[in-house]
Amino acid sequence: MNAPASLHGALGLSDDEFEQIKTVLGREPNHLELALFGVMWSEHCSYKSSRLHLRRLPTTGAHVLVGPGENAGVIDAGDGIAVAIRIESHNHPSAIEPYQGAATGVGGILRDVFTMGARPLAVMDPLFFGELTDARQRWLVEGVVSGISGYGNSVGVPTIGGELTFDDCYSANPLVNVLCVGALPKERLVLGVASGVGNLAVLLGSRTGRDGIGGVSVLASAGFSGEEGAASIDEAKRPSVQVGDPYEEKRLIEACLALLDGGYVVGIQDLGGAGLVCGTSETAARGGVGMDVDVTAVPLRELGMAPYEIMTSESQERMVAIITPENLAAVQEICDKWEVRASVVGHVVAPTVGADGVSRAMLRIRDGFDGEILAEVPASALADEAPLYDRPRQRPDWLDSVLADDPTDDEPVGNPNDDLLDLLVDPAWVYRQYDSQLFLNTVVGPGRDAALLRLAGPGLPASTKGIAISTDSNPRWCALDPRLGTALTVYEGVANLACVGATAKAVVNCLNFGNPEHPSVMWELSESIDGMAEACNELNLPVIGGNVSLYNESGGNDIDPTPVMGLLGVIDHLIAPPPGWNWRYGSTLVLVGGRYAYGDAPFPLGGSRWATRRHRRGGHLTGVKPEALHATLPFVTSEVASICGGHVSDVTAVHDVGGGGLATALAEMVAVTGIGARIEELDGHGELFSEFPGRFVMATNDLAAFSARAIGAGVPFAILGTAGGDRLTIGSAIDLSVEEIASRRAGALVEALEAN
Amino acid sequence: MRVGVVVFPGSNCEYDALAAMTSLGADAELVWHSTTELEGFDAIILPGGFAHGDYLRPGALARFSPVMEAVTRFAADGGSVLGICNGFQVLTEAGLLPGALQKNRGLTFLCQPTTLVVSSTASVLTSRATVGRELVIPINHFSGSYTCDDATYDELVANDRIVLTYKDNPNGSRADIAGIANEGGNVVGLMPHPERAMSTLLGSEDGRILLESFVTAPVASLVR
Repeated sequence: MNAPASLHGALGLSDDEFEQIKTVLGREPNHLELALFGVMWSEHCSYKSSRLHLRRLPTTGAHVLVGPGENAGVIDAGDGIAVAIRIESHNHPSAIEPYQGAATGVGGILRDVFTMGARPLAVMDPLFFGELTDARQRWLVEGVVSGISGYGNSVGVPTIGGELTFDDCYSANPLVNVLCVGALPKERLVLGVASGVGNLAVLLGSRTGRDGIGGVSVLASAGFSGEEGAASIDEAKRPSVQVGDPYEEKRLIEACLALLDGGYVVGIQDLGGAGLVCGTSETAARGGVGMDVDVTAVPLRELGMAPYEIMTSESQERMVAIITPENLAAVQEICDKWEVRASVVGHVVAPTVGADGVSRAMLRIRDGFDGEILAEVPASALADEAPLYDRPRQRPDWLDSVLADDPTDDEPVGNPNDDLLDLLVDPAWVYRQYDSQLFLNTVVGPGRDAALLRLAGPGLPASTKGIAISTDSNPRWCALDPRLGTALTVYEGVANLACVGATAKAVVNCLNFGNPEHPSVMWELSESIDGMAEACNELNLPVIGGNVSLYNESGGNDIDPTPVMGLLGVIDHLIAPPPGWNWRYGSTLVLVGGRYAYGDAPFPLGGSRWATRRHRRGGHLTGVKPEALHATLPFVTSEVASICGGHVSDVTAVHDVGGGGLATALAEMVAVTGIGARIEELDGHGELFSEFPGRFVMATNDLAAFSARAIGAGVPFAILGTAGGDRLTIGSAIDLSVEEIASRRAGALVEALEAN
Repeated sequence: MRVGVVVFPGSNCEYDALAAMTSLGADAELVWHSTTELEGFDAIILPGGFAHGDYLRPGALARFSPVMEAVTRFAADGGSVLGICNGFQVLTEAGLLPGALQKNRGLTFLCQPTTLVVSSTASVLTSRATVGRELVIPINHFSGSYTCDDATYDELVANDRIVLTYKDNPNGSRADIAGIANEGGNVVGLMPHPERAMSTLLGSEDGRILLESFVTAPVASLVR
């Protein structure tokens, strides 16, 4: 790509967008105004390529208190408690500076959640890298994990899970997504709205510096050139990465929650991407009021910063609160206690009536509150009226040949013992570096099907409820069929929640895709959104928030479509832990859910981890029959929820059959319990390794009672075998010692990281 | 029993310590770090977290918080003081306990269950336990590798001041040390988090015996 010749081009604006700005203003923009549009109309801030499609998602429900478009989605969990959840990406910064990229991703998502008045209670991190045989990938993994650990642990929010995926398609574009969930007394819910002419906008937190300028436009809304290969990725973009300070954030969280507790805040908004211009224009636009911002009132880290730098800086750990003038002294006192800087940088003003008689809420940037007006732009033009693109979409013509190369048909069996060992990876090296237990809520932590928390925290009403969270993705499925793949991913998330006894209540999503200017990528995105909408409609699940990360491309190569689904579930009575993966000696092992995807069709290996390890990336997915799942998912959920509620049960273990298929699920349970199993002959390697959601391995100590309940619920099941001994045998295909399974699984990641 | 839980800017386990104390029937409250008077408290906890951001090194700035002078007087008067994790680091920096806590042997943060062995009951934290008893209690730290010079170590051993040791040393601590006491047994620091092991719902309730000791044992009854 050649260097843009024009100023608007350098700011990431197209010629058409420049013309549109002139129409909005009725004149030529000055440089500062152009810079404001440059960041606010970036793909990252405006969703200009995806908004059109996102409208197709179901977003409402009786329990939804806040849907998409605010800083976080919020549901009513009952007992007077509301739960806020949000997911975001920090992909591009992490590719360039993994420690700070990941650290500031955590910081940003926390601010989104406590902006709603919620105390952040937990974080999850889905991570995607290239294969670890590449030294750069090992550097990225170690940097990202230590960034999450360094920031998340010290800011005092537990990290309770995530995902870890390795695939060559992420070599130049690692994905670092981060989800945060928080809770608040329902009546304390606040929104990012400015209102009340005469009210003050107070900037809280860090001083503003030159870090992160253009983070959303230069960095997050363009691909990497990758001209000299992944190792030389755009060093020049490194200054666009922000630098985080968890100690500042920790004090900011406590100060903001104290301000909200005291009722001193009319509206509050975090300053993340696009900084002060985003925080002020969004709050003003939502409230239909104008805002005067004095750039000379903004505390700075260094001298000589230009107004455009002050307004667009993405310096971390900052919030803007709208307060009444009478409360200023009280706000200052609380901020002083927490050693948080608080400066009045804006005044809420009445909309301005223009020459045409139309009244507009204007964002005015001034040199002193009574000084020169440096920029004057309608707040809604920045916040809400970015261009909306219906970019060309085209199913890629190469897809048919990929689908035709189906490993189900002809991939040789090989040695299933070796294949199984090769599929086992324990992510403990990652999650041991995260504080997963703070707040005494973590009933099920990282490394299991879903995380399960007590719904409790400082300031919350007493409750015996619990919440469960899972993050799921399957780019292998989505590469073959983005629509069905995304739908199956939603089902997979619901199945994971069932394993800890929780019923899904809401979905958030992080849509990681390639360059939207490629018609194939826009087709993938649109199909994926349709698949999500179909599954969510089928399951009656509202989508209450999301994030779209585009331009995950390098050197013209797009990543596989990677929609990540964050599922939030609720369990009504949590007084005992779910059974987990620990089966007992003599337990009967049962496969719950359909043994076959449908009918007696062969087990599909397309999109499976097994086939991908053999570089067979083609084939067909098998659709799930929703009517079968409609019995299975609630059955498993209620079986586990009963145990969590303190009831005696014959069920001793539950595990979702996920990536790596049935053989992998069984081996994971063997590794965790240290007890082997004798499994009857299965239907070849297809049944060992194929993947489709809605199936569970369950262990029972009373098969007759269990069978009666399953039959009563209309749930299909098949007896697999019996737990016991010190080997895992599956018919004639698999014969491995418990010790070998456990040690290979425990060592896989560490050995790969330590390779040189 | 009135227990004060000290909060520095950057502390993060204060509510957990409060919850654990409350569940044991103690009357517990948070104490801001600028407090200079601890009269009326029967015991003080310095909780886990990252006091003052752990800037410079863990505990290095917190020892200068105004409350630490009061904690020092409180301890000298025989009051019970417990430092958990970051609180242990603060106590060593403040000179209330000997030695120091270095970065873990593997140079990574570690959050995992550990098995501890009670090695002395002559402290306010272990008075109700029995020597040799194993307790499953999690650790959660980057700088938890206990170190001290030989003279200090000899003194700790001679005076029965090593109160808890790791069964499988996770962080490289000298002599597997997980927790120590002062000469009087009324000031104890440990890296593991007993307040995280108070309920089977969360995986272990082995921390109860330690914190029950802390809230019930009158210091005068300690036999040394």
